[in-house]
Amino acid sequence: MRKILLMGNPNVGKSVIFSRLTGVHVIASNYSGTTVEFTKGYMRLEGERAEVIDVPGTYTLEPTSMAEEVAVKMLNDTLKENDNNDTIVINIVDATNLERNLSLTLQLIKKGIPLVICLNFWDETKHTGVHIDIEKLERILGIPVVPTCGITGEGIKELVSRLKEPKVSTYQYKDGGRWSSIGKIISEVQKLTHRHHTIFERIGDASIHSITGIPIAIIVLFLSFKIVRFIGESLIGYIFEPLFENLWAPLMMKLSALLGSSGFIHDVLIGKLIDGGIDFVESMGLLTTGLFVPIAMVLPYIVAFYLVLSFLEDSGYLPRLGVLLDNFMHKLGIHGLAIIPMLLGIGCNVPGAMATRVLETKRERFIAATLMAIAIPCMAQIAMVFGLVGKYGASALMLVFGTLFIVWVILGVLMNLILKGESPEIFVEIPPYRFPYFPALLKKLWMRVLWFLKEAVPLVLLGVLIVNILYALHIIEFIGKLAAPVVTGILGLPKDAIGALVVGFLRKDVAVGMLVPLGLTMNQMVIASVVLTMYFPCVATFAMLIKELGIVDMLKSAGIMILSTLIVGGILNLIL
Amino acid sequence: MENINLTQMKSGEEGIIVAIQGGYGLRRRIESLGIRVGAKIRKISSQFMRGPTTVQVGNTQVALGFGMAQKIIIERI
Repeated sequence: MRKILLMGNPNVGKSVIFSRLTGVHVIASNYSGTTVEFTKGYMRLEGERAEVIDVPGTYTLEPTSMAEEVAVKMLNDTLKENDNNDTIVINIVDATNLERNLSLTLQLIKKGIPLVICLNFWDETKHTGVHIDIEKLERILGIPVVPTCGITGEGIKELVSRLKEPKVSTYQYKDGGRWSSIGKIISEVQKLTHRHHTIFERIGDASIHSITGIPIAIIVLFLSFKIVRFIGESLIGYIFEPLFENLWAPLMMKLSALLGSSGFIHDVLIGKLIDGGIDFVESMGLLTTGLFVPIAMVLPYIVAFYLVLSFLEDSGYLPRLGVLLDNFMHKLGIHGLAIIPMLLGIGCNVPGAMATRVLETKRERFIAATLMAIAIPCMAQIAMVFGLVGKYGASALMLVFGTLFIVWVILGVLMNLILKGESPEIFVEIPPYRFPYFPALLKKLWMRVLWFLKEAVPLVLLGVLIVNILYALHIIEFIGKLAAPVVTGILGLPKDAIGALVVGFLRKDVAVGMLVPLGLTMNQMVIASVVLTMYFPCVATFAMLIKELGIVDMLKSAGIMILSTLIVGGILNLIL
Repeated sequence: MENINLTQMKSGEEGIIVAIQGGYGLRRRIESLGIRVGAKIRKISSQFMRGPTTVQVGNTQVALGFGMAQKIIIERI
């Protein structure tokens, strides 16, 4: 089968072109390194199925980071497996940055592979004052050059039709003379006209300036938080809770009566009736708590959070935030860009762990992944914290999240001191601000929400099922007795709380329903919230961390998690 | 005119890169983003306390750490 590789610098819109060619949707954002793994899809080329591969962005074929290594390895492997004639590389080039992008193009030309150049962001050249003579560029390089605008789909048809005539470029240049050759090409094909700074550029400069940047960051983060809360609460209050309370609950009560209001099957499906009715948080039935927790408690915040985060991502703000926070983050042994995996981790730690690949060294990825798993609560954990201590008001919430923040900082500082090595300096392209294209943004939101439903709902259901089995077989009591010295002695929680810790390994949000009936005091709820967030990642994150860090480092990371949980939980128990 | 390094430039100032000090790996990495000898560079901002510097080369804006910025030598224009 013919293979088509999409290659280009980071953040030139490869993933959007990929979606256009294959119909497979992948997450795209306005910063470098969104695609850290390759994605495959298929398209029809001259009546035959051809494989299309979205390769992570790279500035060069001489890799300088993990994502670039992946990209270069993919190219070399494909060339090795396939006859050269069966491989086409579409070199996607940012038309507003032709000079820099041609560096990779010339390196690809040296490889002697059939190439087609796609000049993306063509629409933006108009208002950035860039004029490119496409015909001349085609003549000089001897390969097809197609202007496109990935996001609206302009030029994609022509790109597909010209894929039939990929050519091996005959352009030649001396080793070491790449930049001077590029300079010559540019002087022949590109003209720049003077233009005034756009409003986006003015905001761009202000948001990265040391004096104006920090206040802007505080406003942006504060507004984001407010919007997430507003959307999340509205979705719950006006849509999800009424649906469950008014439509689903009566149905479940009928089913409950049918099943005879008690017994093992009844308890597994409906759960325990509380005061003669269903309590969606505490009943612990598959059809009640099992559905209510992921759909009515977590999902609304997932939607709200990813909507706001996607907006921030597509606007291009996140790398700027990384630059502003760089100094501070270096104290924790990671550079400013680590803020991206941390923010993603607030939605769900799994994609957050994957995004640690934007960091260059193993040490940084270890620190970032460990810090995130311990002290960055995901939406499910946040929902759990609100469920446990929300009724005590803002001060209790502050106590939980404040503790987690302090842990995040102290643990980072400690790891930075103890682990050998240094944190490399930040080095990142700052993308231009773009106004998010809403159809694409909603598509991305939809993919993330769907992913959450597919990943989380089965695990919540499994968690609820296990809770029922453990209780029915009296296993929880048994583990409770074993763990009593730690749970009661160090953390000051009743030994029944161990059940929540056991199930929390599957999903943290399920644990709420197990702790609420125990009648804990506010301080115990605070300790339980902190401990449940910190002690271990959920099973999905655990699996992803093994994949990202390797088993040895994951075990080290897990050791740090358990140890720090006991210390922090113990301290809280003493001082509260 | 004497040469200065990138951290000594003021925000908004422009210059030409005359040298990139440092090993092959670092030079290659910096060059891959278009920051290379002979290119025109404009400093956009720098952060307090030896924080990263942001520059513009061509149409590309790049943020780089203080240490890296010290290794990029500029001739003012």
